[in-house]
Amino acid sequence: MTIAPENNMVDVSFTLNGKLVDVSVSATDRLLDTLRYDLRLAGTKEGCGEGECGACTVLLDGLPVNACLIFTFQVRNREVQTIESIDAHELEEFHSEGATQCGACSPGVVMTALWIRNHPSLLQTHQLSRLMAGNLCRCTGYDAIVKSLEASLSIQERN
Amino acid sequence: MLRVEARSKLTGREVFIDDLPAEDIWWAGTVRSSLPRGRIRDIHFGSGIDWSSLIVVDHRDIPGPNEVQMIERDMPVLAADVVRHVHEPIVLLAHPSRRIVRQAVQAISVTIDPDEPMLDFRHPPTPQQIQYGSDNVFKKLKIEKGTVDEALAAAPIVVEGEYETGAQEHVYIEPQGMQAQVENDVLVVKGSMQCPYYIQHALMHALNRNEKQVRVIQTATGGGFGGKEDYPSIIALHAALLAIKGNRPVRLIYDRQEDMAATTKRHPALIRHRTGVDHHGRLLVQDIDVLLDGGAYVTLSPVVLSRSIIHAAGPYHCENVRIQGRVVLTNSVPFGAFRGFGAPQSQFANERQIDRIAHELNIDPVQIRKINLIKDGQTTATNQVINDGADRIQVLDRAIDLAEYHDRKKAHEVFNVQHPTLRRGIGVASFFHGAGFTGSGEVQLASQIHIHGRPDGILEVRSSNVEMGQGALTVFTQIVAERMAYDQDYIVIVAADTSVVPNSGPTVASRTSMIVGKLLEQACDDLSRQLNGESNTDGTALKDAIIRWHHIRPDQELIGKAQYNMPPDIHWNDLTYEGDAYSAFAWSTHIAEVEIDLRTFVIRVINFTAVQEIGKVLNETLARGQIQGGITQAIGWALLEQCHWNNGSMQNNNLSDYVIPTCPDVPPIAVEFLESPTPHGAQGAKGIGELPMNGPAPAILNAIAQATGADPRSIPLTPEQLMETLLT
Amino acid sequence: MQVLLPQTLDEACTMLAESQGRAVPIAGGTDLIVHWPCNIEAHQKAYLDISTLDELKFITLSGDSLIVGAMTTFWETITSKQVESEFPLLVQSAKEIGSVQIQTRGTWAGNIANASPAADGVLALMAYDASVTLISTHGTREIPLHEYFLDYKCSQRQPDELIHSFCIPRRSFTFDYFEKVGSRQAQTITKVGVAITNSSSGWRVVANSVAPMVRRCYQVEQLLEKKARIQQPDDLLAALDQDVSPIDDIRSTAAYRRCVLSRLIYYALREHCPWYS
Repeated sequence: MTIAPENNMVDVSFTLNGKLVDVSVSATDRLLDTLRYDLRLAGTKEGCGEGECGACTVLLDGLPVNACLIFTFQVRNREVQTIESIDAHELEEFHSEGATQCGACSPGVVMTALWIRNHPSLLQTHQLSRLMAGNLCRCTGYDAIVKSLEASLSIQERN
Repeated sequence: MLRVEARSKLTGREVFIDDLPAEDIWWAGTVRSSLPRGRIRDIHFGSGIDWSSLIVVDHRDIPGPNEVQMIERDMPVLAADVVRHVHEPIVLLAHPSRRIVRQAVQAISVTIDPDEPMLDFRHPPTPQQIQYGSDNVFKKLKIEKGTVDEALAAAPIVVEGEYETGAQEHVYIEPQGMQAQVENDVLVVKGSMQCPYYIQHALMHALNRNEKQVRVIQTATGGGFGGKEDYPSIIALHAALLAIKGNRPVRLIYDRQEDMAATTKRHPALIRHRTGVDHHGRLLVQDIDVLLDGGAYVTLSPVVLSRSIIHAAGPYHCENVRIQGRVVLTNSVPFGAFRGFGAPQSQFANERQIDRIAHELNIDPVQIRKINLIKDGQTTATNQVINDGADRIQVLDRAIDLAEYHDRKKAHEVFNVQHPTLRRGIGVASFFHGAGFTGSGEVQLASQIHIHGRPDGILEVRSSNVEMGQGALTVFTQIVAERMAYDQDYIVIVAADTSVVPNSGPTVASRTSMIVGKLLEQACDDLSRQLNGESNTDGTALKDAIIRWHHIRPDQELIGKAQYNMPPDIHWNDLTYEGDAYSAFAWSTHIAEVEIDLRTFVIRVINFTAVQEIGKVLNETLARGQIQGGITQAIGWALLEQCHWNNGSMQNNNLSDYVIPTCPDVPPIAVEFLESPTPHGAQGAKGIGELPMNGPAPAILNAIAQATGADPRSIPLTPEQLMETLLT
Repeated sequence: MQVLLPQTLDEACTMLAESQGRAVPIAGGTDLIVHWPCNIEAHQKAYLDISTLDELKFITLSGDSLIVGAMTTFWETITSKQVESEFPLLVQSAKEIGSVQIQTRGTWAGNIANASPAADGVLALMAYDASVTLISTHGTREIPLHEYFLDYKCSQRQPDELIHSFCIPRRSFTFDYFEKVGSRQAQTITKVGVAITNSSSGWRVVANSVAPMVRRCYQVEQLLEKKARIQQPDDLLAALDQDVSPIDDIRSTAAYRRCVLSRLIYYALREHCPWYS
């Protein structure tokens, strides 16, 4: 299949937060652009546009990725999960430990953190802090984020 | 009390400026200067763009004076004839397609005839480089106490030192952005900001509008750190000019690269010390020279310099002190407000100097601080008598205990002898930070705050101080809840909208909780008085009383008000720079432990302890978050964050080449608070937002000096620089 | 912008051939899409999206070699027990590439194709004597990785060729070492890095960010083969100066890179080689 000529629109179907969506987007659009400006899901933030800050972290087929570094056409027939799928009650420890300050990095932080929480075996081969290294936070100094995640993991373990 | 807006932030529901619906928006872009200094000869609109489809604005479209209203009015909204720095805005564009705007910006070429730029603030300008006054000096200030020259001549030991600190980029995670539109002749500007009224005043001035014709609304602000104090006025003006000319809603969002290249940064500094001490390490005389790089325009530099020199001698008592400060023009992108506002630079120098004196005298670095820390009844450099009941030696002692300083130091000495390539060290810094505007600044601000008792019984706080991550919404809610014994569910803090809220001043200078919070308490009391003291009962009765009040007086407003008045016991002389510079200081000691890899010269901070006396802890979680976050930002400034300059423009304007700390870069940070309430702050609290920026850099470099025997005096201390220090 | 979306590898090769090599293959996109909205020039090109080709996603351990498909991500390697136990440097280097968010998208082929002098994956691959298999409508060819790069961001791959896979011979290694020095603890671009192995085929010393491309340090390897007496890091400098040519740039200095590279190698081997000092 070819998308042509230049700047043509492309139809892309993918699963977004459990629902099938069809969008018609420019070939040059990044997943981040499509989520924010076409689908009006503005929870995913743009912090740098270069895959450094992680504010645009979403899950693609269950793995954290930067939505600023993926063309929308690359997620055709795949599964995308964004912060809009997350309910506040899943985040009580993040609330009580003070894991958010300005809130700009938080959606990305939460997506990575919940991915770690849902795959605790990762911590057998990875340090928690290194798994979180792709999410820059300029406010908290990370301690509250790490403590929230640890609390969240231990609550999950008890249950 | 937990952060009131945390859930909406954690789940991405908080609405930042670029999260607003964008269907009818025109996107804006900025054409900028490519040279640091010169005269604009030609602006060429290239081919391949349908220019008639764009809104195009230049300096001729400015209805009022082409001036950005700040402390001075030297900065043009858009360069007209001359440019004074790279990235200076010249032409503005807007179009419904963001992509076309980007193409159009690149299609414009501006021809500039170059003039000789002034690029190194450390050297005096040549006559050709003079662009401000007769000497390029934006501001010169002096503090003098005692007889410095005589004391220096008489001192048994004089230690000299020269220290340098680099620029620092804020890296708030939400880049700057504004949206403007005209609604029934009212210009409405929304966006990411710290100071709604600064922006309103800038818009009124350059656009020739009165205050009713300009409405500024803060949207959720994703970090500020000072970076959204002065610069948003410029972005607001640009968005507004396009919106007015095109009669369209216009959104101007900087991407990260543009934000890092074009907006302000922390002032670079060069600081010289001459300190006279006796053989015990007692400070006899401090002679300090502070030189700041102001960049191309004045911005906030005079007040940055003021705060810098007031803090330059540290939290120590010394009879003879002279501090001379200058901030000078260079053709760099202008420097501006950044957390700490000059104090981190000058206290970095002072705390390295104190350690170097201790080293020279072979005294323990803890001991020299103990000898000299201000005791109640003694004075600061401005002759401000400190009598706040806070025990600065206790702060230091507590930090020493908490960090197990002496045991760790011994352990490191043993480790360093045994390990082939790793070296460990531990370092101390004691420092202070004055909260609120300097001297008579708060009187000039004359901040006002309102609290409305609404007919539905809800208490509504109206303030121009914004939430930007620091917790203002939560602290204000908490202050009202505690003052009025009110259920927090019935308290709202309205958005900072200049058509609704009074001017309670800018959200800067660690003033919001302390100064504005105190005003809020007074406004609460005013409201209670109007209810005939019914607030003395519990909150439920008060709520009923408010509802009853409205029942009796339909169509009337019940408003508790307060306005700042200088407390009678505070005296400041702006001409001699003498007196009570701040109504309260927070005091702190930081202890850093570092590990240096002699193979790679990589420096890791492995442990950090922060003890601070802050009057009263209003909210422990928020306060700890401020301290830990500030320390992390300061670790970045000390070790990682280096701006590479060319022609006064940052070359590494992206987050892979300008590196800020990631999660694994941050050590465990132990935080402990001591409390000695001040009568000038809400519930006795002092400001803390900037405080933690002051200590880490000197504590870390002191630790590095101890670990390696090096004598580093400039930051950022990168591995490359440490290598040079150690190998040469 | 023109985008070609092949369903199969065959189709991908045909599309690339028909585009006369104009189309740029996209894998994870973690280099290409950086600052994408402002990179207007790149919007005018044609792209061949091979990121979804399952035929190029595999990790096969055969009798004598490990073969990894071009579109295998770093994350897929990191989580592969087989790879970790036999070729730990692949996992160590993959873990140091960007963040998890980059590792889940970034591919080995992308790391090779980008031909950056700072490529961490290439460093480990070269220390394992990997070879690259290229495929086009004309067939396949295999090139040893240490001969693959020609200059800064320049390789032997022709515009109509795709990277199909890389192959590492299985050997028993008596030594393996990887270290990356960046400007912070994680998610950082390499300022100087080194990978070292020793097997029946001899020493391999590979360095990155110290030359226009990732470099085998042949002179240093010879010193090790000869069991030359090396008493301090500086004793390596003469050999290193023939092997690498570090520069000053925005990330570091030539002096730092040279000095640190000698120290990394010296200390990596000090404990291991009794003849060393």
